[in-house]
Parts: sequence; structure tokens; C-alpha cells
Amino acid sequence: MHPLSFSIAHALPETVLAIGALALVLVGAIRGEKSAGLVAELAIGVLALALVVIFVGAKSSADVFEGAFVDDQFARFMKVLVLIGSLVSLVLSRDFLQREGIDLFEFPILILLSTLGMLLLTSANSLISLYLGLELMSLALYVVAAFHRDNLKASEAGLKYFVLGALSSGMLLYGASLIYGYAGTVQFDGIAKALTAGPQIGVVFGLVFLLAGLAFKMSTVPFHMWTPDVYEGAPTPVTAFFASAPKMAAVAITLRVVTDALPGLAHEWRQIVMFISIASMALGSFAAIGQTSIKRLMAYSSIGHMGFALVGLAANTAAGVQGVALYMAIYLVTTLGVFAVILAMRVQGKAVETISDLSGLARTNGWMAFFMAMLMFSLSGIPPLAGFFAKYYAFLAAVQAGLTPLAVIGVLLSTVAAFYYLRIVKIMYFDDPAPAFDVAPLSVRVVMAVSTALVFLFWVYPAPFVTAAANAAKAFAF
Amino acid sequence: MTGFGILSAITFLPLVGVVILMFHRGDDAATVRSIRHVALWTTLATFLVTLLAWSRFDPALAGFQMVESQAWAGGGLVYKMGVDGMSFPFVVLTAFLMPFCILASWEAINVRVKEYMIAFLVLETLMLGVFCALDLVLFYLFFEGGLIPMFLIIGVWGGKRRIYAAFKFFLYTLVGSLLMLIAIMWMASFAHTTDITVLLKTQFPADAQKYLWLAFFASFAVKMPMWPVHTWLPDAHVEAPTAGSVILAGILLKMGGYGFIRFSLPMFPDASHYFAPLVFAMSVIAIIYTSLVALVQEDMKKLIAYSSVAHMGFVTMGLFAMNQQGVQGAVYQMVSHGLVSGALFLCVGVVYDRMHTREIAAYGGLVRNMPLYAVAFMVFTMANVGLPGTSGFVGEFLTLLGTFAANSKVAFFATFGVILSAAYALYLYRRAIFGVLDKPELANIKDLSGREIALLGPLVVLVIYYGVHPGPILDASAASVAELVKSTQSVAAAVKSAALAGH
Repeated sequence: MHPLSFSIAHALPETVLAIGALALVLVGAIRGEKSAGLVAELAIGVLALALVVIFVGAKSSADVFEGAFVDDQFARFMKVLVLIGSLVSLVLSRDFLQREGIDLFEFPILILLSTLGMLLLTSANSLISLYLGLELMSLALYVVAAFHRDNLKASEAGLKYFVLGALSSGMLLYGASLIYGYAGTVQFDGIAKALTAGPQIGVVFGLVFLLAGLAFKMSTVPFHMWTPDVYEGAPTPVTAFFASAPKMAAVAITLRVVTDALPGLAHEWRQIVMFISIASMALGSFAAIGQTSIKRLMAYSSIGHMGFALVGLAANTAAGVQGVALYMAIYLVTTLGVFAVILAMRVQGKAVETISDLSGLARTNGWMAFFMAMLMFSLSGIPPLAGFFAKYYAFLAAVQAGLTPLAVIGVLLSTVAAFYYLRIVKIMYFDDPAPAFDVAPLSVRVVMAVSTALVFLFWVYPAPFVTAAANAAKAFAF
Repeated sequence: MTGFGILSAITFLPLVGVVILMFHRGDDAATVRSIRHVALWTTLATFLVTLLAWSRFDPALAGFQMVESQAWAGGGLVYKMGVDGMSFPFVVLTAFLMPFCILASWEAINVRVKEYMIAFLVLETLMLGVFCALDLVLFYLFFEGGLIPMFLIIGVWGGKRRIYAAFKFFLYTLVGSLLMLIAIMWMASFAHTTDITVLLKTQFPADAQKYLWLAFFASFAVKMPMWPVHTWLPDAHVEAPTAGSVILAGILLKMGGYGFIRFSLPMFPDASHYFAPLVFAMSVIAIIYTSLVALVQEDMKKLIAYSSVAHMGFVTMGLFAMNQQGVQGAVYQMVSHGLVSGALFLCVGVVYDRMHTREIAAYGGLVRNMPLYAVAFMVFTMANVGLPGTSGFVGEFLTLLGTFAANSKVAFFATFGVILSAAYALYLYRRAIFGVLDKPELANIKDLSGREIALLGPLVVLVIYYGVHPGPILDASAASVAELVKSTQSVAAAVKSAALAGH
């Protein structure tokens, strides 16, 4: 038993976010509609503070709050990613929301609450805290998806996401209760100890339902159907947020549940993860080819990338965890850059979203075209860009674990994916110019430049990131 | 040695030019001129540093020289560079050809000149890196990274079907390379390192070697290119701008051959012996079949592209003969082909800049108005045929000699390629250069300009010089090749004795 102060010291980022979000509700309630700008700036400040707290705070690992919450290297690594995703999405959203006339103070607060849910999820060490974190995250996400409430598509996106999300939560809960029924405990370590007897049919059912719920949150096949519609319908900064932060948390908790709680069922869950991985890579690669909307294309692309990241998880080794962590970090940076470019796609004040609007961008806006091209090459995994290293470490882990066929399938599908990324480069560089874009706000330009710089120059000094991911992997006992 | 050395300087010097080019803005005549000069001087400076490295290169040593290493990414990846007798000739060749590419684009490229020059300089860095890298992942990084600039060069500045050609080039090479990447990962997890010097000494299990060999083969055969995966090459060559074709034929194709020498032969000797008949068959088909295809081409660049495939057939054949003559001949053939095919593409570029067509039928009787051009073209045609006294002869002769020792039937069929190459090359020369000058558009065609003489002159001299004095290149590679041959042959002997003992 730890004293409460010790527990809170290990959950300091969460505490900061929780207090910050509540305080900002008060600010918004007192100052009314005019406070949107102030609340957003303060929310960015709160997220930044949480990041600082992670970097200067406790470095030791501990199970706190009666074992419901774990603070370790891996959790901190993924939390940094979550916070960066939320922070950058919030920065990107400012200009867009003002232009669309939906600049309300609730938006940053919802983002904060959702981020709080993600942090809890990342640190969850029992089925109860898993579910609490997941729901806190999701409920806020449903609302922000439909934040543009006068827009038919956005409302549709929100409703779809809510109905399907509720269904998946139900499945997850059902699976969790089955596992609890067999293990007699909700603690991950307790479950691991209880379920060493090998696969019983009921536990396997529980595992399948649990993973189905999590696959929905990761937007992986066959629970991906909501992704393209929600990505397309939601306001673009919200899509950027969906594509970044929640994925980090969902992958983190999936990894933790299967490695910490279900090592006894490794044979079973690895099969499921491999299936999800291959199906996601295949669907993400083939379905994206015919897309005309860049947001839909990015939806399929993100499905594919989750599949690639899960290749590392399927390895079930420390190297695999390292691969997943690094993959998610690089995916996060790249995705945020791509969405900054999409947010900059505005012709005479009106946002445009089809791929053909990028035509001839190299001649109308050379730098933006260069940024986008590098991000696309990185997503397709061409060296020397960061995306190559992401795939290298994830696939290396799979090969080391004897899953060479999975890696071969993965690289072949990534060639298919390369085709549609190349198509975007082709449209920007080889085609005749479409109307030029307006000058993007400074924040958007900074995000795309920083993201591209990280992706482009990663190979010069990759060691700190690779080492950080390797340290994160040490949190698990293999 | 740890830290950075001269090879890093050579490799990354072109990027300095890229940084300078970044600060050029606008496209008025003065800026464009300055851009061209920066690019030219950067490549010349790189070549000078390469010559400096050459003066330090000791051809008597079989191992790696000028080695430098530096901590890089975690997980066993190191930044390690070094050259030996089999890679250094290619470093020199690359650095030598680049100024010619820039000069060849001097007047031909008028749109987006800055981006063009940046793409070429980045490409130079990546190509030099391929030949210098001593870490498998670092090698792959450079090897595959070259796709990006080349994709843009073909797609932006290419001909009519440039988009098709650019996609075909990119995706074809990508599929092959990714299979190699999986093999690299397997090797990394087997040997716990990606250091090439260590991997060269690692014994890979014989069963695994076959799969690894095939995976590497998928990449290098496409790059080389070998029949039947050569079909991307004519498309890419025809659509690429002149300098792009020079780089493709001169350097990029050599990466395949270099890969065979550096990885397939020494690291998987058992598999190399096992698959040698397959390579021989594919080489002979390439030599005869693509020569016949070249014979009926109507497009000059396509003809040269097919002849490149045929010449690369000699290279693969020589390599898998796995004896001193064969391997050295293959190295020589690659260097010589880099000069000759590069020069031939430059020659096509000369008339293309004037007439904007590559149809052979659109020319004829050029010798009347362009005597200098006719001479230069003739020298390169003869070298392409493999006439004694030109550099082309040495390589072809040595590869045939080596192959004859290994398998006389293969050598017998391959010799037909020499005859066929004379047929298509002379047929091209007759149609374009000789005959009556009866086309009105050609009446006022001008002979070589000063820039073009500067472009083709040194190549003429080198092609003849290396034809009568092949020593420098052969000496440079002799020690390393001897080492390689020794290691593969000892394995062959071991395999043979094991097989005999089993009976």
C-alpha cells in the first residue's frame, strides 16, 4: 500500500489535466462565449505543463492506486506521444474553428478530457481502469466528431461513431467480464497468474471480445468501417486529432493488456493480432487506391499503418515493443504534418479536400509540395526518411521472432500502398497547377515544417528516439 | 578509425551544393546561370576529392581501406564507410560522370532548373553512399533512397510517357528491394550485426542461403536489369532526360552488379554455386534475345537501352563464372559500359537537342554536316561493339574467357551476342550517320559546339585509353577479386568433397 501522495506523484500528468479541465470549465462558464480563445490557449498551456511534468517527474516504475494504475517507461513514452498529438491538434484547430464559426470554449475542454482518458488508458493496469479510461476518451471523441453541428456530414460522423463505438464498448465489456469470470480478478498481473492453465474456451471468447473492442479503437480491420466516414465528416482538425492521439492510447493499452495480462494465451492472441495486422495492411493498401478525398485516403492509410505497427506486436518480444513504440512515434509526427498540409488546403477562404486540388502544387507552392512529398515518401517507408526506420524496427522484430512470412506479406502490401502515396507526389509534381492555395496561418506552416524536418532528418541522428523506444520496451518482462 | 574521413567527405560534398542552391531564388537568366555553375562546380569538387582519395588508395590491399565508423542508431546499426578494389572504381566512375550530366543538362533543361540540379546532387550523394557503405542497413538506405530523386527526374523533366515510366521504374525496383530488406533483417537477426565486414565472414546455413540469395537476387536482377525483369529499363531510358539516362545506364545499373559482387557471391557462396546455371541461362537469353530486340528498334535511346541489357548479361555471366578473369572482367565491363553507354546517351542527346526527335528514321547523312560528331559517335559505337582497342573489348573478352573456363557451352552461345551487337550498332550508325542527307530539316544542322566537345572529348580519350591500357582498373580490383574468388572456390571444393563423401 502506497500513501496517496505517492500515488498522485506518479499520476501527476493526469492530475494536471483533470484539474486544468475543471478549472477551464469554470473559466468558460464565467466568461461565456467570448472566452473561447483564452480557454484554448490555457488548454494548450495545460497540455504543455503535463508534458513538462512527465519529463521532470518521477522516473521510477510503480503500481499505484491499489494496483489499478501503472507508471512505467512505456506508459511515459506513449503519454508523451498522446500529449504531443493533442497539443498539436489543438494548435492546428484554432484558425480552422474561427473561420468555420464554431470557435466555442467547449472544444478545448473536450480535448483535454479526452486526453485525460487516453493517459488513464495508457497507464491502466486493471480491466476497470481500462474501461474507465476508454469511455472517458470515447465520450469526448463522440462529441468533438459532431462538433460542427450544423453540418450534416459532421453530425452523421458523430452519430455513426457513437453507435458503433457503443457497440464496441459493449463487446469489450463482455470480454472483460468473461476474463474476470475465469481469472477472479481484474488486475492484469493477477489475470496473468490465474490464466496459466492454457486456453479454456471461455477465456478465448473473452479474449476475442476484448480484442474486438480494442481493434475498434485502433481502427483496424474488421472493425474499421467507421473510420473513413468519420475522418471525412469530422472537421479537419478533429480528424487530425483522431488520427493521432487516440491511436497512441489504443495501441498502448492493447499492447499492455496482451503482454501483461494474457501472456498465458500468447499463442491465441498472436494469431488474432496477425490476422488483424494482415487484414488491415491489405485493406489500407488496396482501398486507398481509388479515393478522391484526401481525408478518406488518410483514413485508409491510417488503417494500413495500424496494421504495420501490429506486425511488431505480433512478435511478442521486447524488440517488438520497441518497434511498435517507435512506429507510433514516427507515425504520429508524420500524420500531424500531413494534416497540417490538409488544413492549409484553402482556396479563397474555402477549404478544399480532394486530391486533385493538390495538382501542380510544386509550382504554386514549392515548399508545401516538398513537405507533403517527403511525408508521403515517409509513409510509404522509403529510406532515408523516418518511415523506413519505423518499418525496419517493426519488421525486424517480426523476423527475429520467426514471423518472416508475416514480414514478407507486409512489405509486399507496402509496395501496393506506395502506389497511392506516389500518386499524390505525381499529382503535385507532374500535373498542371490547380488554383493556388491561400497563405496558411503561421501555426499550420510551423507544424508542417517541423514535422517534415523531423521526418527528413531522422536518419542523421536516430539514436535518441531508438534508445527511448528500447527503454520503453524494458517495462515489460518477456 | 572512428570519426569521419574522406569517404564521408566525398559522399556528402554534393549536399553542400544543395544547401547553396536552396538560397537561390527566382528564375531570371542570371540566377539560372548561377545555379548551373554551382551544380557544376560542386560535382567537379567532388571529383577532385575523389581523385585525392584515389591517390591514397592502395590497390595491393585486399581488404577495406579508408574505413571510418561512427555510432548511429541503436540496435547494432553503425555508420560505417570503406572501400576496396571492387567498390572504389565505381566511386570514381560516379564522381567522374556527374559533371558530364550537369553539362549535358546545361541547355536542355530550362524549366525548374534549381529543383533539377538539387535532385541530381542528392542522387549523387546517394549513389556514392551505395558504393562506400559498409553497413547493410546504411547500404540499403542509400540504395533505395536513390529512387526518390530518380522518380522525380523522370517524372518532371521526362518525355511524353514520363508518368508511366516513372511509376514503372519506382514500383519495379521497390518490390525487388523490399524482398532484399527482409533478407537483410533475417541476416541481422542471425548474425546480430549489420556490419558488412563481419557478415562477409559469417557462415550462413546452406538452406537459408538459398532464400537469402533469391531475395537479394530479386533486388539486383531488377536493378541490373536481367531478362525477364528488364522491361522497366527501356521505358525509363526513353522518357528520362539525357542526363537521367546517362546516370541510369552509367551508375544505377552498376548497383545491381556491385550488389552481386559485394553480397551474393561472398556471403552466400553455396547458393551462388547452386544458382549459377540459372544465372548463366538468364544471361545468355538476355544477351541473344535483347540484342535481337535492339536490332529492330526505331528509337535510338531504346536501342541503346536494349543493348545495355545485353551488355549487363555479360556482366552477370562473368560474375557467376566465379573465377579471376570472369569477375575482373565483369568489373571492367561495368566501368567500361558506364563510360560507353553514358557517352552514347550523350550523343543521342546532342542530336535530340537539335531536332527534338529520337526516331532513327528522322536522321541520315549526318556525317556531311557533323563530321566531328560522326567521329565521336563512331568511337563509342565501336566500343559498344567491343572492338579491340576500345574499353568495351577488354571487359567482354575477359568475361567470355572466364565463362569459357567455367562452362564452355554458355560462352559459345554468349559469343553470338558479340556478333549481334556489331549488327545492331553498325546498323544504327549506318542509318543515322551515313547515307544521303536528303531531309530538309537536317540541311542546316550544326556540328558539335564547344560545350559538346568538352563533353564528348574526354570520354573518347578515356574509352580508347582504357582499351589499350586496362591496367589501372584491373590492378585496382585484382587483390580484392582474388580474395573473393579464393573464398568462393574453397566453398565449392568443400561442397564437392562433402557430396563425394556422401556417395
